Amino acid sequence: MVSAPTDERETSALETARSAAAAVLDPEVPVLTIEDLGVLRAVAVEHGPDGPTVTVTVTPTYSGCPAMEVIERDVADAVRAAGFEQVRVRRVLSPAWTTDWMTEAGRRKLADYGIAPPSARDGAALLQISVRCPQCGSPDTRELSRFGSTACKSMWQCVACREPFDHFKAH
Amino acid sequence: MPAVATYALRLGDDALVLAQRLGGWIARAPQLEEDVALGNIALDLLGQARALLTYAGEVEGLGRTEDDLAYLRDERDFLNLQIVERPNEDFGVTIARQLFFSTWQLAVHQRLAGSSDPLIAGVAGKAVKEVDYHRDHATQWVLRLGDGTEESHRRMQAGLERMWPYVGEMFVTDDLERDLVADGVAVDVTTLREEWDTYVGQVLDDATLVRPEDGWTPPPGGRQGMHTEALGFLLAEMQHLHRSHPGASW
Repeated sequence: MVSAPTDERETSALETARSAAAAVLDPEVPVLTIEDLGVLRAVAVEHGPDGPTVTVTVTPTYSGCPAMEVIERDVADAVRAAGFEQVRVRRVLSPAWTTDWMTEAGRRKLADYGIAPPSARDGAALLQISVRCPQCGSPDTRELSRFGSTACKSMWQCVACREPFDHFKAH
Repeated sequence: MPAVATYALRLGDDALVLAQRLGGWIARAPQLEEDVALGNIALDLLGQARALLTYAGEVEGLGRTEDDLAYLRDERDFLNLQIVERPNEDFGVTIARQLFFSTWQLAVHQRLAGSSDPLIAGVAGKAVKEVDYHRDHATQWVLRLGDGTEESHRRMQAGLERMWPYVGEMFVTDDLERDLVADGVAVDVTTLREEWDTYVGQVLDDATLVRPEDGWTPPPGGRQGMHTEALGFLLAEMQHLHRSHPGASW
């Protein structure tokens, strides 16, 4: 049997680079990785004469998200720490980020952290029945403000347990 | 400057100048939640402005960055619509501007999302979702204030009257934009008036407010760098730190 060691090495380099980038945490919601959030769009490794070059593609949540520069720096640091000297972080705007890209794991982590996860969107229409209180689980909640502590959140309160909480807006 | 760069600068300056204006409400809004709301809206606009100014600098090809364009241009070089530079005055005036401008901006970005220029299409595709939310915020306030107390109704109506003279300029085009429309890059703003009138008219009706009478309007010219006296003061505040301490960062 003929093995393909070069291919295997390249696959494993990609895996290493990818897991390093995927593990970077969002600085404003530090329980979510950029992969959970859908901010990480692609990781590619090019093998050249000077060794591998990693290109990580990210997309901002909101146009003005101030976490973006921190995320890009953290991604470059993480990929370098995984053993790659040449790292490029590329920012793309299109296709526009949507909370539909948030992973199931991400939604669970958000709820455990006390932030109500976003509802699913179906095209342009928002399928929102009610926002459940992340503390007591009651669907009896009300919106206090359509804007919150970061661009991606709104402020809510639970009518049942009275706790205020953040809701990650469907976007 | 190439036409596409000028166009990106026009849209970017709208967003930048309004972001700066809205920032003026932080710690002064009628409720804490409004500090947060107007601050968030300003942040969205600032993000749109940064992408557009960066792009304008790249297309121009003279090495100007977003910061060079934001901080080192003088009043006559800014290409924003006059409505965004008008002073905040009271909350009713600010909300009237938010309704008028975000309704226009949403219609513009919905079309620009299909622009033949990929960067402009990308910025617009993101902005649509943000501006839709801004328009909704303005709409909710116009309804609440218009159909609120006698005093809130009076001040909301006064806000509409105050901003109305600056509405017309949003629907004026010129040769530069006409050429870009032909190339599929830009949107023809003259075609948006009816849609704008329908939306704003419905909100005003629901809010028991009256559409202001057309009367005096300033000479349009924001797109050519002709501004009201308000812009110079805004820029003085926005640019002073960067000009006093060139290259400072933290």
